[in-house]
Amino acid sequence: MMIKKEMIAMLLAGGQGSRLGVLTEKVAKPAVAFGGKYRIIDFPLSNCINSGIDTVGVLTQYQPLRLNTHIGIGIPWDLDRNEGGVTVLPPYEKSTNSEWYTGTANAIFQNLDYMEQYHPDYVLILSGDHIYKMDYEVMLDFHKANKADITIACMPVPIEEASRFGIMVTDETGRITEFEEKPEKPSSNLASMGIYIFSWQVLKDALIALKNQCNCDFGKHILPYCKERGQRLFAYEYNGYWKDVGTLGSYWEANMELIDIIPEFNLYEEFWKIYTKGDIIPPQYISEDAVTDRCLIGEGAEIYGEVHHSIIGPNVVIGKNCVIRDSIIMRNSEIGEGTVMDKAIVAEDVVIGKDVVLGCGEEVPNVRKPAVYSFGLATVGEKSYIPDHVRIGKNTAISGITRPEDYPEGKLESGQVIKAKDGDKA
Amino acid sequence: MRALGIILAGGNNNRMRELSNKRAIAAMPVAGSYRAIDFALSNMANSHIQKVAVLTQYNARSLNEHLSSSKWWDFGRKQGGLFVFTPTITKENSLWYQGTADAIYQNISFLKNSHEPYVVIASGDGIYKMDYNKVLEFHIAKRADITVVCTTCQDQSEVERFGVLRMNDDCRIEEFEEKPIVSSYNTVSTGIYVVRRRQLIELIERAAQEGRHDFVNDILIRYKNLKRIYGYKTDSYWSNISTVESYYRTNMDFLKPEIRNYFFKQEPSVKTKIDDLPPAKYNPGAVVKNSLVASGCIINGVVENSILFKDVFVGNGCVIRNSVILNDVYIGDNTRVENCIVESRDTLRADSEFCGDDEVKIVVEKNERYVL
Repeated sequence: MMIKKEMIAMLLAGGQGSRLGVLTEKVAKPAVAFGGKYRIIDFPLSNCINSGIDTVGVLTQYQPLRLNTHIGIGIPWDLDRNEGGVTVLPPYEKSTNSEWYTGTANAIFQNLDYMEQYHPDYVLILSGDHIYKMDYEVMLDFHKANKADITIACMPVPIEEASRFGIMVTDETGRITEFEEKPEKPSSNLASMGIYIFSWQVLKDALIALKNQCNCDFGKHILPYCKERGQRLFAYEYNGYWKDVGTLGSYWEANMELIDIIPEFNLYEEFWKIYTKGDIIPPQYISEDAVTDRCLIGEGAEIYGEVHHSIIGPNVVIGKNCVIRDSIIMRNSEIGEGTVMDKAIVAEDVVIGKDVVLGCGEEVPNVRKPAVYSFGLATVGEKSYIPDHVRIGKNTAISGITRPEDYPEGKLESGQVIKAKDGDKA
Repeated sequence: MRALGIILAGGNNNRMRELSNKRAIAAMPVAGSYRAIDFALSNMANSHIQKVAVLTQYNARSLNEHLSSSKWWDFGRKQGGLFVFTPTITKENSLWYQGTADAIYQNISFLKNSHEPYVVIASGDGIYKMDYNKVLEFHIAKRADITVVCTTCQDQSEVERFGVLRMNDDCRIEEFEEKPIVSSYNTVSTGIYVVRRRQLIELIERAAQEGRHDFVNDILIRYKNLKRIYGYKTDSYWSNISTVESYYRTNMDFLKPEIRNYFFKQEPSVKTKIDDLPPAKYNPGAVVKNSLVASGCIINGVVENSILFKDVFVGNGCVIRNSVILNDVYIGDNTRVENCIVESRDTLRADSEFCGDDEVKIVVEKNERYVL
């Protein structure tokens, strides 16, 4: 019997997301925590199941351990199916040649066999690094109604920001007449969201035709190729919340927006639930002396200090007399007593000592990666250790087990970076 | 596998007052994120017991919903699994379960068709962590016919709720009284038993032939001089929630650091059904002190010394003190709740007041939520 799925999804989750700095040093970007208990990949995965797509291939490459553990057999998203379900697709060795995934389209090309076994009519291409809720079924209806070969989800952006995106120019029917990749003078404000629906044969033919293209990419190669051949490309306009969390600044901002009284991106609606692997169950404990002022706090956390306008992940412990402000602390991290934090991002399994100050002093551009470590944030990578009594400036990054001697005069000046070797805690 | 499990979850108790209108005691929400039966089920799973039968009778809808997918406790297995037995009409029998022994008798084929040498029987209303293998080892070492897990009752006035027993130096049970009004002893049965499967079949079948239905009176007490019945004493935390007072106290116990740490942080962990709720949200005006807050809550007011279960909404200007607010309760603005247990899925209107004075008040309002 032939397995037949009308539409399957291919989720690109192999990228490092190097602009997230130390946050993605040990995990792929889609596995980075978001919003107190989720990981970024939960959003497209939940969108899939909420849209009725039950067959999802997740393409992994960079540091996939966390991602693999998180996805498992797809139980949290109801993607544990007899037919279809979720399949993790890492690059693999072939008899003739072996290569990594060299580009977005190349990764999909290397998994033609996977797609073929489901005999799909349509293939949905997604990336694992955006925060949004979207009904892909509505997009598919649009695709069918237009008899499109390719439909590209687009959203209007302010024209002054348009030069950061791939811009689509359309005619009055929504058909794409031109695209501009990060144009200096954009002639439209419709930006591609990196979400595509392909009619299967169109995708397959294009991937095979361009199989020798190096670093074969959807935006740069596949779409232009299809357009040149006169295929019907349509822009599907989306007007809901969509956030690229590709930089530390936008990642921090998107988290902070969840704290608004009625956030634009609302996790509390019954409709369109976001699912995640909920492995931490107990309720959180808020102590006698704690202050919980405008924040989101995950399961099992214990709060003994002050938390203002912050996102606290599951199992985090915030010690007495701490003052946490405008910060994100991910799961299982422990913050020692009396520590003060201002605009910090602390990744998972971090231990911070007592009376540490994070995010103090003047804003100075980062010495190593000024474009990555900016926005005045202090960023701490996962499994790091920060000893007692040190003061850490703005636009800083720390990863690994640091010791008091890593902090001259007990300080890490603004704009500096410490990358300590892994080892035992001091 | 050495043992299979039976969880007795059919019970109701009028001392739960209005709380038992809605559900069996085993389905009572406990400690913010759990239901009572999670503790026995997790203990079974953590003791590597792979085959467990839950015997339900009284108002089992809520319990069945909770147990609907056995995967949360890792029971979705080819070998063993979770079995839920509710009374049914058969060719031989059209009666409800007339007692604990009868409940087992009506499902005796489950025991007969199994091959595990031992059976662990537990009740669904105990809050505790226990490695049943330790009890099993004790049972084997003592060459006992039945082992009863027992503990010291801290409050002598509470012994009337339990089976009270006295052991000799070898831990053999010499005296056993079921729910005495007063007793000079304070060692009580926890309702957890270990017994050899064939022995259990024999005892249950004989009791049925004689028209006897209760496991404690008709088997434990009746046979205590004939069979080797031993007591295994535990000193770890154990609490039975089957009265309003003990239910309230057990929940409040989780505000104590040592109890929280024992249940929430130490291995093995207690598992429950996952609800996919977002993190708790604290809006301006939220002032929370010494409280447990489960996921999905949105807090805009004052909460002190209280347990908020999943998905509770606390409006602006509210004051919640010394209270247990069960799942999915909506509390309108400027409402005061003190010394109360608020029933799940309830809606409390704005500007209202609920206070339990001498005893804990159970709040059941049944207001329409969206007509406010």
